[in-house]
Amino acid sequence: MDFGLSEDQLLLKDTIKRFLAERCPTTRVRQIMESDGAPERGLWRELAELGVAGVTVPAVHGGLERELLDLALVAEELGYAATPGPFIGAAMATVALVEGGDAALQQRWLPAMASGDALVTVAWGEEHGEWSPERLQTTASGNRLRGRKLMVPNALAADAIIVAARDASRPGLWIVERDAVGTDIQALAVNDLTRRLDSVTFSETPAVPLPGGAAALQRVFDAGLILVGADAYGGSRRCLEMASSYALTREQFGQVIGAFQAVKHQLANLAADLEPSLALVWYAAHAFDRIVDQSTRHAAIVKAHMADLYDRITRDTTELHGGIGFTWEFDLHLWFRRAIFDRSFLGEASYHRERAAELAGW
Amino acid sequence: MDLSYSTEYERFRAEVRAFLEEHWTEADRNSSPPPDGAAALMGAVVRSDDRATAFRLKAIERGYLYRHIPKTYGGGEQPYDPLKSTIIAEEFRRAKAPGEVFGQGPSMLAPTLVEHGTEAQKQFFIRDTLLGTLRWCQGYSEPGSGSDLASLRTRAELDGDFWVVNGQKIWTSNAIDADWMFALVRTEPEAPKHDGISYLLIDMKTPGLEVRPLRQMTGESDFSEVFLDNVRVPKQNLVGPRGKGWIVSRSTLKHERALIGGSFLTRRTFDGVVMMAQAAQLRGQPAIKHPHIRQRLVELESRLLASEYTGYRLLTMQARGEEQGLAGMVMKLFTTQLGYDVSQTAMNVLGDRGALARGDLNTPDMGMFSYAYMWALGVLIAGGTANIQRNIIAERGLGMPRDAASKR
Repeated sequence: MDFGLSEDQLLLKDTIKRFLAERCPTTRVRQIMESDGAPERGLWRELAELGVAGVTVPAVHGGLERELLDLALVAEELGYAATPGPFIGAAMATVALVEGGDAALQQRWLPAMASGDALVTVAWGEEHGEWSPERLQTTASGNRLRGRKLMVPNALAADAIIVAARDASRPGLWIVERDAVGTDIQALAVNDLTRRLDSVTFSETPAVPLPGGAAALQRVFDAGLILVGADAYGGSRRCLEMASSYALTREQFGQVIGAFQAVKHQLANLAADLEPSLALVWYAAHAFDRIVDQSTRHAAIVKAHMADLYDRITRDTTELHGGIGFTWEFDLHLWFRRAIFDRSFLGEASYHRERAAELAGW
Repeated sequence: MDLSYSTEYERFRAEVRAFLEEHWTEADRNSSPPPDGAAALMGAVVRSDDRATAFRLKAIERGYLYRHIPKTYGGGEQPYDPLKSTIIAEEFRRAKAPGEVFGQGPSMLAPTLVEHGTEAQKQFFIRDTLLGTLRWCQGYSEPGSGSDLASLRTRAELDGDFWVVNGQKIWTSNAIDADWMFALVRTEPEAPKHDGISYLLIDMKTPGLEVRPLRQMTGESDFSEVFLDNVRVPKQNLVGPRGKGWIVSRSTLKHERALIGGSFLTRRTFDGVVMMAQAAQLRGQPAIKHPHIRQRLVELESRLLASEYTGYRLLTMQARGEEQGLAGMVMKLFTTQLGYDVSQTAMNVLGDRGALARGDLNTPDMGMFSYAYMWALGVLIAGGTANIQRNIIAERGLGMPRDAASKR
């Protein structure tokens, strides 16, 4: 019984953390936010060199062949640093190919993804907040896709898109290559400028089915939920640190504001809610890896719980900073916006709580 | 990350189970009526009858109970192994077998004596305390000294070979049934606040000591006020040096917080609320079908899982010899708030029937949840109020400075 991280895991986490502290300070984050996307690929390649793009890719394809828990640790550090880039779409696409692709597809894409040379993302959500495979409207008929996807991470930059759609019998996954006929990609105006989202409309777009797509669907989705949860934890951790630090430096009424009990209690409440949630994120990732029958429900729970927590922490942290917290120049809104992404992407918290209730048979 | 126990530990679990099957049977379990009151609500097996005592002696001898107390004082004395302690606790719970006696004597006083007591005190008190045949109450809080415990005013003055004690204690749990009290008293009135306190062991039968039950919100009297009027206490009953009582007491307060901050009884309550919500009708359908109840239950379950998994995380940190830090510091606040919120959700599930009290047959739960709801409020206050917990977390966990204006 050892509910903790291994030496290797601590090393991976620490390596990514130190890299980001040095190579991705908020000045670079802002540069990328205000650009059109090119510098993102540069950062993504740098992260790929450290293995970030191939954590769960099999070694034979150039990856680290590690598990979702390891990837979640990476996600946490990326969240802590508000790292711009295509991580979430790429991570979900990797799960799709590893668990649902055949040898040919895997050979074609995984090595290039792991090295950062190729970018693959996932298209899942549709209009009216729809993320449930049973209700998706995007169809695949004779391996031609028709429908409109919203909230697709980095579609404009992607070399391929893995699409959740339904054929005559059931939901599954298809892969569409860049510049495929009948694909119309439009950038969306987004609040989180570190993680761009696009809409993708398919009109008789030729696509290749993932042979194991139907079975992999739930796994891809669950992995996404857990990684968003891990991102939320990392960002929340960062915000609590910023709030504590500010409370110890900002003086008003003759003392640092952290000496006021109301401020202390706000911070204590955040810490008391944040600290226990780490074990929940770890367990969910561990379940995905090793206790599969608990995976789907834990993924839903983690997403809802962490999204709400991140939401609350970014709000309280901003309030605690007073006026300066509301400025563009101050970095805090970077995380506030990322909390907006985390609460929205893959569906909102109450949807996942309802799913968890159903999965429990209530 | 591995939730399974190694072969060594699985073998240990099998040994513990075999011991329990042999020494605590169905007949033993049924040989006494189920308990009542606060301890029972906490899920403790509260028996101290002869059968339970005989079993405990065997369990201690096998090293299953009181592993942290030397054998010479009646303990199990085993090498530190939090995984084994966890396995023992799980298996004893499963078998509903008497574990360590529930109360402040075994959990707080005994370890304090081991650390600070004289040989005579250890020999005289510890063994019977561990078996529950010598019962203790804690004489700490006073009407004027609750959160600010160190401001306490009960005085003890040395008169020859006796400390003469005058004052009043309040919120003394189980004082009515207690044989002895471990108390904090002021012996050095000229010294700075924390340096003027001594830790004294007082026989509850001493002339001048009066116990007055204190009726709590739920209707019973699990607590008392204790009035001390020239109570003469032999000077050998001082634990640790005079004036050093605050330091002596610190270890016991840490134990008390650990005692209250566990999550397994919250799990039982939560599971009970779910079952009730599935069975009870609320305006035409089972309560659990109502969206607001479903949402709330999942929210609560998320926090409960976070609490349980943090328990694994803390256990691992203990086993690895790592500092628990913030993770350990927040658990009392986190779990007591969760416990209250779970009880409150039970009230929502009950709808209007939350107005009915214990024993009413018009409720799906015999009125137990409204009773638990009130108790949950008490638990938020006991052993360090939620606001005190927040101060501690902010100051010791996050580095916030103490309030300059207050006299700590």
